[in-house]
Amino acid sequence: MEMELDPDEVFRDDEDDPEAEAVRESASTKELSVYLVDASPRMFLAQSPSGHDKDESYFHVAINCVVASLKTQIINRSYDEVAICFFNTREKKNLQGSDGVFVFDVGDRESLDRPTAKLIKELSCLEETFAKEIGSQYGIVAGSRENSLYNALWVAQALLRKGSAKTADKRILLFTNEDDPFGKMKGAYKADMTRTTLQRGKDAQDLGISIELFPLIQPNIEFDVSLFYADLIGIEDDDIAQFISGVGERFEDMKYQLRKRMFKKRIVRRLTFSIVNGLSIEVNTYALVRPLVPGSVVWLDSVTNQPLKIERSFICADTGALVQEPTKRFFPYKNMNIKFSVEELADIKRVSNDQLRLLGFKPLSCLKDYHNLRPSTFIFPTDQELIGSTTIFIALHRSMLRLQRFAVAYYGISSHPRLVALIAQDEIKDVGVQVEPPGMHMIYLPYADDVRHIEELHLSPETLAHQASEEQINRAAALMKRMDLKDFSVCQLGNPALQRHYGILQALALEEDDLPEIKDETNPDEEGLSQPGVVKVIEQFKHSIFGDRYESSRSASDEKRSEASKKRKANAENALKECENYDWAELASSGKLMSLTVADLKCYLMARGLPLSGKKEDLIGRIKMDLRK
Amino acid sequence: MEGEAGFSRFSCSTRSPSTGLRLPGYVSASPQFFLFSCGRELQKAPSFLTPCQNQENGSHFSSSLVGVSVSEASWRSFPPLMARNKEALVVLLDVGPSMHHILPDVEKICSILAQKKLIYSKYDEVGVVLFGTEETENEVAKEVGGYGHVFVLRNIKVVDGDLVEALKKLPRGTFCGDFLDAIVVGMDMLIKKYGLTNKGKKRMCLITDGCSEIKDSHEGSKEDQVNIIAEQFTRYGLKLECIVFRGSLRPDANETVMAENDRILNVFPKKTYAKTIYVENPTSLLGAIKTRNIFPVTIFRGDLEISPQLKIKVWVYKKSSEEKFPTLKKYSDKAPQTDKFATHEVKVDYEYKNHENSIKYVPPDQRIKGYQYGPQVVPISSDEWDAVKFKPDKGVKLLGFSDASNIMRHHYMKDVNIFVAEPGDIGATLAVSALARAMKEMDKVAILRCVWRQGQGNVVIGALTPNLSDNDLVADSFFFNILPFAEDIREFTFPSFSNLPASVQPNDDQQLATDNFVQMLDLGPSNNRQEELLPDFTPNPVLERFYNCLELKAQNPDAMVPPLDKTIRRITEPDAELFARNKSIVDAFRRRFEVKPNPKLKKSSKPPGQEKPSGSDDEKVLHDFPTLNVIDTTGIKTAAQVEKIGDLTPIQDFEALISRRDSPEWVNKAIKEMSNKIYDLIEDSYRGDNYPKALELLEALRRGCILEQVLNLLPAHCNVLLKSITSNTFLTSIAILS
Repeated sequence: MEMELDPDEVFRDDEDDPEAEAVRESASTKELSVYLVDASPRMFLAQSPSGHDKDESYFHVAINCVVASLKTQIINRSYDEVAICFFNTREKKNLQGSDGVFVFDVGDRESLDRPTAKLIKELSCLEETFAKEIGSQYGIVAGSRENSLYNALWVAQALLRKGSAKTADKRILLFTNEDDPFGKMKGAYKADMTRTTLQRGKDAQDLGISIELFPLIQPNIEFDVSLFYADLIGIEDDDIAQFISGVGERFEDMKYQLRKRMFKKRIVRRLTFSIVNGLSIEVNTYALVRPLVPGSVVWLDSVTNQPLKIERSFICADTGALVQEPTKRFFPYKNMNIKFSVEELADIKRVSNDQLRLLGFKPLSCLKDYHNLRPSTFIFPTDQELIGSTTIFIALHRSMLRLQRFAVAYYGISSHPRLVALIAQDEIKDVGVQVEPPGMHMIYLPYADDVRHIEELHLSPETLAHQASEEQINRAAALMKRMDLKDFSVCQLGNPALQRHYGILQALALEEDDLPEIKDETNPDEEGLSQPGVVKVIEQFKHSIFGDRYESSRSASDEKRSEASKKRKANAENALKECENYDWAELASSGKLMSLTVADLKCYLMARGLPLSGKKEDLIGRIKMDLRK
Repeated sequence: MEGEAGFSRFSCSTRSPSTGLRLPGYVSASPQFFLFSCGRELQKAPSFLTPCQNQENGSHFSSSLVGVSVSEASWRSFPPLMARNKEALVVLLDVGPSMHHILPDVEKICSILAQKKLIYSKYDEVGVVLFGTEETENEVAKEVGGYGHVFVLRNIKVVDGDLVEALKKLPRGTFCGDFLDAIVVGMDMLIKKYGLTNKGKKRMCLITDGCSEIKDSHEGSKEDQVNIIAEQFTRYGLKLECIVFRGSLRPDANETVMAENDRILNVFPKKTYAKTIYVENPTSLLGAIKTRNIFPVTIFRGDLEISPQLKIKVWVYKKSSEEKFPTLKKYSDKAPQTDKFATHEVKVDYEYKNHENSIKYVPPDQRIKGYQYGPQVVPISSDEWDAVKFKPDKGVKLLGFSDASNIMRHHYMKDVNIFVAEPGDIGATLAVSALARAMKEMDKVAILRCVWRQGQGNVVIGALTPNLSDNDLVADSFFFNILPFAEDIREFTFPSFSNLPASVQPNDDQQLATDNFVQMLDLGPSNNRQEELLPDFTPNPVLERFYNCLELKAQNPDAMVPPLDKTIRRITEPDAELFARNKSIVDAFRRRFEVKPNPKLKKSSKPPGQEKPSGSDDEKVLHDFPTLNVIDTTGIKTAAQVEKIGDLTPIQDFEALISRRDSPEWVNKAIKEMSNKIYDLIEDSYRGDNYPKALELLEALRRGCILEQVLNLLPAHCNVLLKSITSNTFLTSIAILS
């Protein structure tokens, strides 16, 4: 928990994790997306006429999804560029001058640009002014040759012309509740419009733009992808059922879908996995779980608010001369400075032939809960360079699952060589949606010196350790049954500190006066805990352990604590008295502080409630600082 | 041997560290020694009791209270008090003949231990006791006789460079050592130096194979003796760590003796601050001793809040924590060579400027932190930030329980914490025990929300899992693993294996071969074998090599980075013997599958991301054949070009030759040529200067034969040679050969 060491740097990880680096955003791997939202009158129908949900229109749901997605993007991938584009609108606003298409913009932002706080803010309250400013209107009507969908794709494609397909992923995210856009058309008109629109879509895809569909489904009415969209986005017949089952009905489902599909899979590394002598396969690694940390801090000039350039220089401590960055390092040992070159240090760390080397297999029970050091890395096979890799991987995966074994391997990359466990994870699906992908998870194992023997720290040979009785265990079990979190999953809870962090930033970026209230979902369910049934099992458990002594045992230790605090108080009072013996300002200005003892100096600090740590020089420095105030 | 007769006659009393024969003043000031000796002696062997002790005698045990109070008063002024993270360690090393083959590894682990003390705890004090030596040299022997073949190599004193040297070349003993004697000698050293002070900071570390017989006592069983010794351990706050090496058994090993020794060694952990660890291979031996003493500190002390009505007092520590590669300072060679006080350090200075070329620096009070939000940078001063940031209250609260299956192993985020009940709080201990045991029975975990300290800027959510104790002295506890928040998870979708085309699906034969493969390459525990590569006993290869290199460079600044130690290589490379044992299964597996480079891709000049260990044998091979086949990452199939064993890189040539697959003749040719090479080396040797090289080749020869399953082809005299290597009589066997 490095945060305790430095509470200010709350999320900073003390390790240089190259893998974390690799997954962190960078300008070179950005994505360009156009959110293409249907604004036809049909989208403004209430989502559930039956009224079991709030009366939210489809349009409202779509906008909320886009806002949520933008908020994630601005935090995680702020180099991504986005555009918001509506079609089936009354007004038109686009460079091509196409009817029924409205590109939404704010202020000094380009149409396709990095998401800003202002964009998110204005988009989230767009609905209030939508009817007035933009307006909703069917863009494809019988008897007219207008094709708003075609226009929309054309505009989106034009927006995405920026940037080369090689360096940026480009996509169009299409939100609609109309499964048959040309349904009202007849005969040759329909065929013709369908054909041209599909051709438009194909052209876009040929330019490296992918089109993703987010259908908004009406209750009890199927969104029939096969009518039109299957052809547009290119899904095969077999996959249609799967596609549809993966689409949720509710807003939450939609948001989840969007989040899942928002981020392109990124390969952290490609590894050669040596199975036996002469047989290696190739795998890709992915970082599926990494602590999300707030974006980096930059130093600004407080007058101009302009970022400052940081200049690093190396100074020889002996001569004070400016030097180049040295290539030698040293380590004091046996009263000598033992020197190593940077290459030698790299050599020392290179302990293995292979990137990933299989050593053998163990039953899953051998992997203990304390065999963990850092977040796991996911492994999935690839046949891109070595054909046959996937087959071997699947065979191993199946055997390991069946035999309940994990593989032990040596992960030999020179930046961080480690012994690792590879756990086979079977695919888990929930209502057709993949919850856990199939593959292996690489768990970084500790070495002997990384494991501490705390259990034996407090044993006393004279007395046996107290072990709960059968009755006490039963009471605990009863308590567990009452306090069960049904279907707990790690994805449920948001990080309140992070949400607060970005809430504040968003408010400040928008120059709002009120800071947002952040709901801390991580607090215990107080209501649940006060239910009579729960209170009862807790009391029973408590009684079985403590009898009637619970209160007394607590007050006893509270007393101990209050004694300690009394002592501290007395010390501080004493210090206050002691420090009155000196004229500190006088001592400081005449430079006589050095002649006082450390104990005297600490009296001052204690009386002023300042930290007592450090060398004498530090103490004096701190006192001087304090006097200057 | 004069001593022998007397020794066995007084076998019981020999184990008395009686201080009765010491200087009178010393004795009277330390009556606890007297008690101690009485305890060991029981009523017999009175001849060792001095008059002084007899006076107080009568009922030895009842006088103990008086004894303690006197002794504590008198000791206070004498023994040195150690700071809380210091320790005094006595290493007890069995150097008897049955240990010889493992002593090189004992030397390695002990010298690294000493090195790390020299670096990280340079005020620790260390003594070294050898047993199984020819000579006898210890105070107990001088004072009461007996205690033969226990040799104090070094009295307890502050660590220094000599200690590292001494531990690097331990003498080989000639007798079967008695570890109980050694324990008593070590105990005597610690007690004499520190008495009752420094409880818990006095440690003994015993390394033995536990194969030699423990001498009998005249009265009381060996267990009784051990019990009495254990009592003294408790009394003086001594800790004992026994590391018992049980590799492949020697044919002459006496199993009755070993079973009895095991029983004795297992009495200690049940009675006192002691731990007995068995290791079966040299690699685990290197990991069996903690080489760095880290004083554990709590990260949280306070309530585990089940509900507002029920709070359990707990302490939280780290259970696992990565030992990092040491930080080395940047070296500056600017100081004149004559300057003896030069620090050679380099200071790194950061200056903040408005523009690249500006000469003006921006002073600290004119700087403000800016936080990135999209393309915007939001300036906020630290004070403002502190005022508005998330500030949860300190506390550890239960959210509820959940089925263990809801928690994925791969969601554990960091190093692991351990929750123990507050020491001395019986209620808390029972509550932790009851919850832990119920969780185990019902396969549940507890989900907690933790804020370890006031002012911490975030919360963690994690899973508490039971850690049940199987030692009556050790209380139950919990492990705690941090779980990810919703934001920390990236939900990428991957293709289902079952949806992949049939061409990449393994067929039944392949699956069967894989099943066998996974089953047979087993590193798990079995009836007659310990778990291999158990993380708790596996040393860190990189750090091992660093400290090794450090010592080499201390002796010779130009020393190269040494190749990875053979014992350590068992961690980074598969066990050749395990693979050889299952050769048919491995071969069957290998035959069933084919991997070939994708023809659509341009052949890369080097295999993707190939990394080589520095200084390894393979390096040369890879240099010689840059057009290495992509499939082959082990360097073994590079053989096609090698036709004979040259003088430059005989081992590599041999390995390449013996693994050539184009004709079965290569194996015979390789073995024959290698044998000739070894003979040549020995014959050309001047005063044995080629022997180390010959040994290396011999080992390579054997390794190759094992890998190729052709041990039967190994020339018979090579086996003779090889046996002689392990018994360290290489020279004599050379004679046999020639």
